[in-house]
Amino acid sequence: MTTEIISTLAKFIAEKILKQPNKEIKPDESLISSGLIDSFSLMDLALFVEDTYGVRIEDTELNAQTFDNLSQLTELIASRQK
Amino acid sequence: MSTFSNLLHRSYLEVPDKVSIVLQHAGEADQEITYRQLILGANQYALSYAREELKPGEVVLLILQHGQDLTFAFWGAILHGVIPAIMPFLSEKLSPERYRADLASLISITKPSAIITSAEFEEEARSALVPGDSIRKIIVTNTIETQSEPDFESLPGMKAMPDDIVILQHSSGTTGLQKGVALSHKAVLNQLEAYSKAINLDAEKDVIVSWLPLYHDMGLISCFLMPVLLRVPVIEMSPFDWVRAPYKLMQSVSQYKGTLSWLPNFAYNFCANKIRERNLEDVDLSSWRAIINCSEPVHAESHKLFVEKFEKFGLRPNTLQTSYAMAENVFGVTQSLLEAGPTVDEIDRESFMKNRVATPPITGQPSMKILSSGRLLDNTKIRIINENGEDIPDRLIGEIMLQSNCMLTGYYNRPDATESVLRNGWYITGDIGYLADGELYVSGRKKDMIIVGGKNIYPQDLETLTSEVPGVHPGRTVAFGMYDEEAGTEEVVIIAEVDSEEASEQEVIADAIRKHVTKSSAIALRHVKVVGEKWIVKTSSGKIARSANKEKFIGELKS
Repeated sequence: MTTEIISTLAKFIAEKILKQPNKEIKPDESLISSGLIDSFSLMDLALFVEDTYGVRIEDTELNAQTFDNLSQLTELIASRQK
Repeated sequence: MSTFSNLLHRSYLEVPDKVSIVLQHAGEADQEITYRQLILGANQYALSYAREELKPGEVVLLILQHGQDLTFAFWGAILHGVIPAIMPFLSEKLSPERYRADLASLISITKPSAIITSAEFEEEARSALVPGDSIRKIIVTNTIETQSEPDFESLPGMKAMPDDIVILQHSSGTTGLQKGVALSHKAVLNQLEAYSKAINLDAEKDVIVSWLPLYHDMGLISCFLMPVLLRVPVIEMSPFDWVRAPYKLMQSVSQYKGTLSWLPNFAYNFCANKIRERNLEDVDLSSWRAIINCSEPVHAESHKLFVEKFEKFGLRPNTLQTSYAMAENVFGVTQSLLEAGPTVDEIDRESFMKNRVATPPITGQPSMKILSSGRLLDNTKIRIINENGEDIPDRLIGEIMLQSNCMLTGYYNRPDATESVLRNGWYITGDIGYLADGELYVSGRKKDMIIVGGKNIYPQDLETLTSEVPGVHPGRTVAFGMYDEEAGTEEVVIIAEVDSEEASEQEVIADAIRKHVTKSSAIALRHVKVVGEKWIVKTSSGKIARSANKEKFIGELKS
């Protein structure tokens, strides 16, 4: 389940946000603090998570303190799905 | 003729209890600042500047995030007579080393005497300093003087003259930070007089709502200086919060019955595409009387998306307006007529492309629609000139030059840069366009500037950075902008020549370019194309022609 979420998120980020479909994103690779995902795209990610997993991420949570890599984001999703 | 400080003084006496600014921060209660509070807060900074022996006419750099400290530090500078320049804050996207380097280079040219910043940023600011530079003081916001009644008699800013420089305005990037647009009291106040008339600004009825950063001319002039000086209340949310929750703009307009906002073109697409209706429950946008699109090319399609999305929440379609603006003219050059809205000019595509003339569409031939930027402000004149510098008639496309009573004094400490943009008292904008029936249509740019989300980017900065990446042939890189219809703004393309013809190795270099350029410029790159030798087109004189490479790139994308 976890690996599936990670790969779905990785695919979304590579294709839709970075527009580099071949790019591999590692589960522990930092997304926000590294500037990989810029602030204009954070909302896209939040909306995708909401549509795909039914989990809301509030705008005040869109920062590196809440999640900064795919593992952490997946954990957040899993914890809210329960 | 008045000055900023005189106007503040008068507001202090005449409307002390009127709310000037409402600051909004996500997760916090809104903070109202009346004129009395604004001037008391500003006075604390003015006294601190005096304590630190800053002299009137010296430049201070404000490196502060959206909020009360930035507001007070700015107006404190006005009361003390020092010249404030607001700097963008270090973002996650930008590497601290590059920020430091840019800051150091700005300091070496602008020669500010002090940096005003917060305790958390103090160390960062210090690390940009070099022995012998102009910075004498770093003033931290938690060390400022306590509140006291201002003594206007002794405040040095009260003695400012209308021709004195009052603010410096920088654009971004290494090149932009080295060119501070210096503006006088008189220039800004002349602009405000002409611009406020063009939008029928009414201090009793209007409420401005903004998320714009203050280090950019659109936010600084239209949503900070104009409202504060002309006593129009302004609701200011943090740009950091807005980009994560664009619906907050609509909620604030609804809550405060906002009447005016300024947005760069991309924000129309951003709001239309990303706001969910669940965040708009009970939102009423019917108070909005003008939303003015400026600071990057305006597109009718973006307006259409915005209206379609927000009409059912009370937005009136005739609210959407345009303006052509630039820091060198303080702000506005043109403004669409609020009653009528901007005209859309449909023209024949081929004549536009080949003959540089905007003529009516021909049946059966492809046409294109150009959104007008409106009519000239009362105080501004423009000329459209051809390559020989001759004036050309309506509907012929040429370079835009302007003259007004609100032009820049010059680029600060850069007589060379100033001289290159002024010709016989006219400012050469570098933009391309045409006039028709008294309306200005801006159709392109002569200079290669890229504008992403309203932010000016110099391609040479990005090319230099790309050349620093191992494996890239130094000097064999090209950067340009390409309009993205979905985003409503330009996206950055970088092309770099490398030795390797191998795909996997090229991908590694492309990745390294993305990382390095983004970290060093805070610009996200959409396309990075790594190519083998001799891909990049050069002119006969050996210079890289950005437009020719852009054409080649687009040609390859399509095929």
